[in-house]
Amino acid sequence: MSDDLDDLKDLMQAATPQADPARKAENLVLAQKNFDDLQGSKDKRRLSSVRSDKGLFRGVIHMFANFPLRGALVSSTAIVAVAMIAVFPQFSGDSVSNGPLGGLTSFSGNSSQETQVELSGDAEQAILGQGSDSPDIHTDLDVEFEPGLAETVVVEEAAEISLDAVEMRARPSAQPVARSAPRGLAPALTAEPAIIAPEINTETFANADDNPLKVTAEDPVSTFSIDVDTASYAVVRNSLMAGRLPPVEAVRIEEMINYFPYDYAAPQTGQAFRPTVSVTNTPWNEGTQLVHIALQGAQVTERPPLNLVFLIDTSGSMNQANKLPLLKQSFRLMLGQLRPEDEVSIVTYAGSAGRVLDPTPARERAKILAALEALDAGGSTAGQAGLQQAYATAAEMAEDGQVSRVILATDGDFNVGLSDPEALKDYIADKRDSGTYLSVLGFGRGNLDDATMQALAQNGNGTASYIDTLSEAQKVLVDQLSGALFPIADDVKIQVEWNPAAVAEYRLIGYETRALKREDFNNDKVDAGDIGAGHQVTAIYEVTPVGSDARLTDPLRYGAATEGRDPSELGFLRLRHKTPGVEESQLIETPILADMDEISQDARFGIAIAGFGQILRGSDLMGDWSIDDAIGLATDTRGTDPFGYRQEAIGLMRLASSLTD
Amino acid sequence: MDVSDESLALAAAKGDRAAFAALLERVYDRLFALAFRLTGSRAEAEDLTQDICAALPAKLRSFQGQAKVTTWLYRVAVNAAHDRRRRQTTHARAAEGWGDWETNRRAANDEDARKIIGLQTMIRALPNDLRDTLALVLDDLTHAQAADILGVSEGTVSWRISEAKTRLRKMKEGIE
Repeated sequence: MSDDLDDLKDLMQAATPQADPARKAENLVLAQKNFDDLQGSKDKRRLSSVRSDKGLFRGVIHMFANFPLRGALVSSTAIVAVAMIAVFPQFSGDSVSNGPLGGLTSFSGNSSQETQVELSGDAEQAILGQGSDSPDIHTDLDVEFEPGLAETVVVEEAAEISLDAVEMRARPSAQPVARSAPRGLAPALTAEPAIIAPEINTETFANADDNPLKVTAEDPVSTFSIDVDTASYAVVRNSLMAGRLPPVEAVRIEEMINYFPYDYAAPQTGQAFRPTVSVTNTPWNEGTQLVHIALQGAQVTERPPLNLVFLIDTSGSMNQANKLPLLKQSFRLMLGQLRPEDEVSIVTYAGSAGRVLDPTPARERAKILAALEALDAGGSTAGQAGLQQAYATAAEMAEDGQVSRVILATDGDFNVGLSDPEALKDYIADKRDSGTYLSVLGFGRGNLDDATMQALAQNGNGTASYIDTLSEAQKVLVDQLSGALFPIADDVKIQVEWNPAAVAEYRLIGYETRALKREDFNNDKVDAGDIGAGHQVTAIYEVTPVGSDARLTDPLRYGAATEGRDPSELGFLRLRHKTPGVEESQLIETPILADMDEISQDARFGIAIAGFGQILRGSDLMGDWSIDDAIGLATDTRGTDPFGYRQEAIGLMRLASSLTD
Repeated sequence: MDVSDESLALAAAKGDRAAFAALLERVYDRLFALAFRLTGSRAEAEDLTQDICAALPAKLRSFQGQAKVTTWLYRVAVNAAHDRRRRQTTHARAAEGWGDWETNRRAANDEDARKIIGLQTMIRALPNDLRDTLALVLDDLTHAQAADILGVSEGTVSWRISEAKTRLRKMKEGIE
């Protein structure tokens, strides 16, 4: 390199000022705070991995080894000084406030006079000629280290002793206290007022833009897959309970509606499910109507034996009260619902991935509980390796006439291996054909990777639920166990063809992530959602009748004539589903009539939720309708509400209402 | 087991609080110095370092040990500097920078310091890409490392350095 660049470098190094100690302390606090927030809790008992217990000096040595040769000798004092301060917390308080942490960059221009004297000739040459304009001279370094022994030696001899010597001398005294270093720093750091940190969150949510308004004359057919997930409602609840509005992308309206049990008409014997269609006026728009499509799945009375593989995330991030411990409690609840002949196996994925419980009949409760209790969080998350093992275990357990399901419990983070939802999707979709279902239970916030959860569950023919409280575990794993575990209809698709003579415009509320192409409806190769025993699915369309004032688009002057067609049919509903294990789908068809039965009071609660969800998503089609109107409608239609779910939702609406004011 | 920057970063990426604190403590001053070279102003450098600190925990999650921590950190810093410049749509900051410059000028009495301030001013006058490249190379990185961090070819780095030198020389001649 040419000389002028070296000159420039020397000048630059001389020009570089010291980091302001106060700002540094603030910034360190800020970083640590954000770090903690990111872990989803303020938990100070974060397990430290083995690595951090093993003495910082290794790292120092490593840095020596990697340091550019030029200036290495000069820099050694500064590096040792940093390490020492980390190692001897009793000095660090002062050193932070005095700002002599020196640091890696201070070696050049600002090295202390004393250390300079002791440096070898070469090193001195390197320093000479560099301006020392900074008054921040580090003479206090030596003073600070005097109480110790090893450190004085190091500072004085750093220029001559070999790296090995540094390691040998420094290590014995450093090792035992190294791990307390960060705590030692804390008091001095926290004395500074913390800066308000910008929101940093690693949660990702699966969502898409609102379904757009469609003009019937142009695009009369709407096709989508059903969705029985409820995860979105629990995420919304969790946010509101924490006193903030949920992120818009976390609000999936169909999942909020489908969270609640409704009193839909039961299917006749031999049928997998029964559709009920009703039409009612839209509460938030006088000129439109809502077409409410409800599916009720059959209850199973006789169920085949069940093989369950619990695939449990035991990564370090699960080590929080609302994650692994809640998971253990939840599974304990669920175990009570299993029959003696059902089989359970537990596979963990983490640094120590493996099968911690071989397939065990549910009657051996004590053995299963012991294995569950022994689970401990720690290590990294490698989702895929665990998935492979879980599927292998499920295949091993499978016998004719049994239902196998992998239940994946995680905080949603697959941070090693396939972290790309698309790639994981492909893997799960491959495995789906083996007849093993996959359900995903999400735990905890802050780390929740909703997009991955959705990708897994949708492609594994399963459901994604988010469990934030024990009562949610009760709902998902106990009250709705049969629905969650026993599929009665696979790949359920809905297609509605709207009649342009009766409906000018329509839009589907929710199901944004479930849209299918029109041709996918008849293609049995295309995957869709599944209905479990007793599941209920609700889909709501808002339709604008022909001639209504509420029409948002103008009719086409040269559009196809609709005169003469029968306007008494609003549209035509087609449903496809497969009996589990059968390749070919069955078709159910029924017209949607303008004079359909008025919707039941009970089902109108779902409309209140749909309105609430749209407000949370910031829809611009809600007019003056507010959350307070949703509260009114929900209260009127609450009914008996035996589990209190609806009352809870009304409470959440109140919270949301006060948060938006 | 060794506690390299890399293992600390990996441990921190997995949620190890102590490892994160130790790592940040290690690299903070170096980050600040780089921030100073990227911005050419002390106040700006403090703010940029704060940006980096605030965002580091989230960024760290994507650290998978595929690069050296220093290289990775430099990339984070350069990106943060880009973001910051993008955000600065008004001249408010620039004005503050001049205030900073003035303070520095008054504090400087000897010949050397004046040279330094001249240098800072000149470096600030460089286009951003030249300045970023120069900052990295002045921080003892090879052209290849700087190229990796900036996502450009090594040849581009070498060209930028020589271009930066030419411009600085011209500016210097202009001053003298």
